[in-house]
Amino acid sequence: MAHDPATRRLRPPTTEAPFARYALMAIAFLFLALFLLLPLAAVFIEAFRKGAGEFLAAFGDPDTIAAIRLTLLVAAIAVPLNLVFGVAAAWAIAKFEFKGKAFLTTLIDLPFSVSPVISGLVYVLLFGSGSLLGPWLRSYGIEILFAVPGIVLATVFVTFPFVARELIPLMQEQGNGDEEAALSLGASGWQTFRHVTLPNIKWGLLYGVLLCNARAMGEFGAVSVVSGHIRGLTNTMPLHVEILYNEYNFVAAFAVASLLAALALVTLLVKTLLEFHYGAEIAAGRKH
Amino acid sequence: MNGFSASSPRWRLKTPSVLPGFGLTLGFSLAYLTLIILIPLSGLVWRTASLSAPEFLAILADPRTLNALKISFGTALAAALINVVFGCVVTWVIVRYDFPGRRIVDALVDLPFALPTAVAGISLAALYAPNGWIGHILGLAGIKAAFNPTGIVIALVFIGLPFVVRTVQPVMEELDREVEEAAATLGANRLQTIGRILLPGLAPAILTGFALSFARGVGEYGSVIFIAGNIPYVSEIAPLLIVIRLEEFNYAAATAIATIMLCISFAMLLVINLIQTWSRRRYGHGA
Repeated sequence: MAHDPATRRLRPPTTEAPFARYALMAIAFLFLALFLLLPLAAVFIEAFRKGAGEFLAAFGDPDTIAAIRLTLLVAAIAVPLNLVFGVAAAWAIAKFEFKGKAFLTTLIDLPFSVSPVISGLVYVLLFGSGSLLGPWLRSYGIEILFAVPGIVLATVFVTFPFVARELIPLMQEQGNGDEEAALSLGASGWQTFRHVTLPNIKWGLLYGVLLCNARAMGEFGAVSVVSGHIRGLTNTMPLHVEILYNEYNFVAAFAVASLLAALALVTLLVKTLLEFHYGAEIAAGRKH
Repeated sequence: MNGFSASSPRWRLKTPSVLPGFGLTLGFSLAYLTLIILIPLSGLVWRTASLSAPEFLAILADPRTLNALKISFGTALAAALINVVFGCVVTWVIVRYDFPGRRIVDALVDLPFALPTAVAGISLAALYAPNGWIGHILGLAGIKAAFNPTGIVIALVFIGLPFVVRTVQPVMEELDREVEEAAATLGANRLQTIGRILLPGLAPAILTGFALSFARGVGEYGSVIFIAGNIPYVSEIAPLLIVIRLEEFNYAAATAIATIMLCISFAMLLVINLIQTWSRRRYGHGA
């Protein structure tokens, strides 16, 4: 269409000359290829560099299996916790007007502006050997730091805002009308939430959980600080990738990394499908 | 442009509502927020406050700390500037042009949000290292793109790109075409229209995207450490120095560096917020 001389002469005033258009597209595609597409492709190419056999062999390592299991366990605890918090916070913030609401919303976003390393550091300060809490808990045989609870806490910290942040603008947009109608018709509070609110927010909720889960399984900095890097015990998948890479075991490192990259791709795919089919329902809040 | 919700203009602790569950949900949210975020963060503040001023200044004046901070903020600034330029081009192409696979390109922009940072780190290192695909080509041109500050910038460009695109995109989509038509009928050429009509309207969003990309870059750890080479005084970032100090059980130094980083980041976000408020008032555009 753009090559057609007739349209070129009648080019609308709100677009660029074809030459400029192609140049901009070339710049954009080259930039995206260099910085996004190639790094993604490299993960899979490096993983299969020595064939499928070597790739699969990486998953026979018991330490790798332990890392996968730990990552799944951590996500299975952290995501539901933040899911419950996200729904509760969104209900309070979106459905009611109260003093300090803006401040509370800012506080919820706080973990996004804190470096992952600092997110881990705060738990080291709280539960480390120099703290009050750490030695006291240890005297009861409870280990937080360099153990699974610390990893879960750091993961909860960094994934804290994801669900709430998706739901708050969405529920604000939807207003209280549906819930008020249900209540006036005699539904209980729980019934109203279960049968009226939940169906309204389910796609936005899924969207938030998806992003929360991707970050929970992939978190590196915060978890690295609190984990202690004990192979087979406190190594999550991203930490295991680092260890394998630093041991020059590149095929195994990229094999484990490819699993995480596949998770990222599935996340992006489901996210895109959700936006495509339920865009109006979930994107409401993103254009504020 | 959205309608205002018909909420009561009166302000008490809580405006009366027929909906139940306010106490329960707010109480739970506050308790959880306090336990997970506020107590741990206040531990950092408390720990810093327990350092004496000379101690704190000695840590800050340590050339290794100063260099790490300089490298972190400098590379994050460079990466955010690169992202503003190319992010705007990418956004423009996605919003304004129609081409096959537009939706895929749009989805791909979110990759840095979804891909674990460690995975991005080893992949970028493999690509841009002197023996990698891109690093090899750049090496022929005499450019060393890994194991130096350039490598850090490359990693931060990857991490920060979606912040710029996703902030600018919604504003660009809502740009009023009639204004562009008016500019054209009044004799402005395309470049003038973009530079003097569109850009001022996009400025607050671009600034927000820049700030988000910059803030993320300053704190970034996982994707950087593999490609940076981590040479003290040359390519050692501040978050890595925190980790090193922690591994030496030097909690005082780790805490001090963390506090400085947080303070500078918050100060910059505050300044950018003020600029934004000013520019919103001037141009009447929200971001």
